[in-house]
Amino acid sequence: MALRKDGWLWALGLLSFAGILVAGYLALVWAPPAEGFVGQAELAQRIFYFHVPAAWTGFLAFFVTFVASVAYLWKGGRKWDILAASSAEIGLVFTTMVVVTGPIWAKPTWGVWWTWSDPKLVTAAILWLIYFGYMMLRRMVEDDARRARFAAVLGIIGFADVPIVFGAARWWGQSVAHPIVVSGGGFDVAPRMLTVLMFSLAVFTLMYIVILTLRVRTEHLVDEVEALKTRE
Amino acid sequence: MNFLRKVAAVAWKDLRAEWRTREVFSAMFVFALLIIIIFNFALELRAENARVLVPGILWVAFTFSGMLGLNRSFIQEKDRGSLEGLLLCPVDRSAIYLGKMLANSALMALVAVFILPVSFVLFNLSFGALPMIVVVTALGTVGFAGVGTLFSAMAVNTRAREVMLPLLLFPVAVPLIIAAVKLTAGIMDGLPAAELARWWQLLIGFDAIFFTLSFMTFDYVIEE
Repeated sequence: MALRKDGWLWALGLLSFAGILVAGYLALVWAPPAEGFVGQAELAQRIFYFHVPAAWTGFLAFFVTFVASVAYLWKGGRKWDILAASSAEIGLVFTTMVVVTGPIWAKPTWGVWWTWSDPKLVTAAILWLIYFGYMMLRRMVEDDARRARFAAVLGIIGFADVPIVFGAARWWGQSVAHPIVVSGGGFDVAPRMLTVLMFSLAVFTLMYIVILTLRVRTEHLVDEVEALKTRE
Repeated sequence: MNFLRKVAAVAWKDLRAEWRTREVFSAMFVFALLIIIIFNFALELRAENARVLVPGILWVAFTFSGMLGLNRSFIQEKDRGSLEGLLLCPVDRSAIYLGKMLANSALMALVAVFILPVSFVLFNLSFGALPMIVVVTALGTVGFAGVGTLFSAMAVNTRAREVMLPLLLFPVAVPLIIAAVKLTAGIMDGLPAAELARWWQLLIGFDAIFFTLSFMTFDYVIEE
């Protein structure tokens, strides 16, 4: 019954799950070793195929939160608040992945777990803090309408801060240690590596959409249950 | 009454209430002083490295003590039950925001007025750099209080109240703190103006962007 009703969601869910497994195989086995990396660094470099898609998905999720926040303040409607909250939650998970995989890669490659002179690291860390605050704020406000308004305001201010943090960190840091994969002239990696990256990006994005749909639906079900309870 | 007079009335009300007790200012000032003293021992400042650390210490003192003031700004209104009265006044919500923000900036600036000379004496710095550092402090204060006033109005309506404000404000204020510290350090070191131009841009840009956003969204935060 549930399977037939939500057939497409099940299909997408299974597809993204299988896709992650395939991406894992492609990243660890199929992708050629990157030039200029030796020993542990060569192995650690393969984190790249999960690290970059996680960063992209996290950023996409926060962008969705930003758009939903604007829509909430502009038009109102609980669905926008639910979308904003769900997306922020998922974004926080992916950003956590980014700040965990980053140092694992950095230690064998740069010799340090962390450096404050790299703007991407700083931005990821600040991003994580802003949206952790967002989740906390939601938990700390009792009234539904007020929580939605506060969260929307923070969803807008927080996202507006991201490019400014990045700019500030770029000026602040003396050396930019992060590898530059995409430059003005196109992609700067071997074709096979690019295929794996693109595949991984697609799978992560798909997974985000599936989780977001499920998360949004759960919130709506919670609302329904609450409504049924009050009718008793 | 035109808009600016309403703004001035709100700011004046806050500053006058503060002047009668001077509670918040005293707390902020002593806290800022304590930060400088604690850092002095925690980092074992000696003559040769004091200069390097002073800009950072100053901005920790300004922002952390500012946090105290920002928190009190709405908590006092809430506890006295005067927030409803303020909201019932025939003024725009944006006038309330501007008034509160000006009062908060003024309070932070006043703390800085006392802390700057004291720290210049304590760390044995040359007073020649002081005028430009005052400008940086003014801009930094306005930016911090600008978005801080908005968040303070939110924090007071949460269960955790004053605990919430630093968690929300500090991550957002990171670019401001970077720019302010860089400028303070650059001015103390006597760097040429051209090298500091981008930090001025960042500081003024931050002020402008977040003031505009806070001004636009304040209505939603204070709505009852």
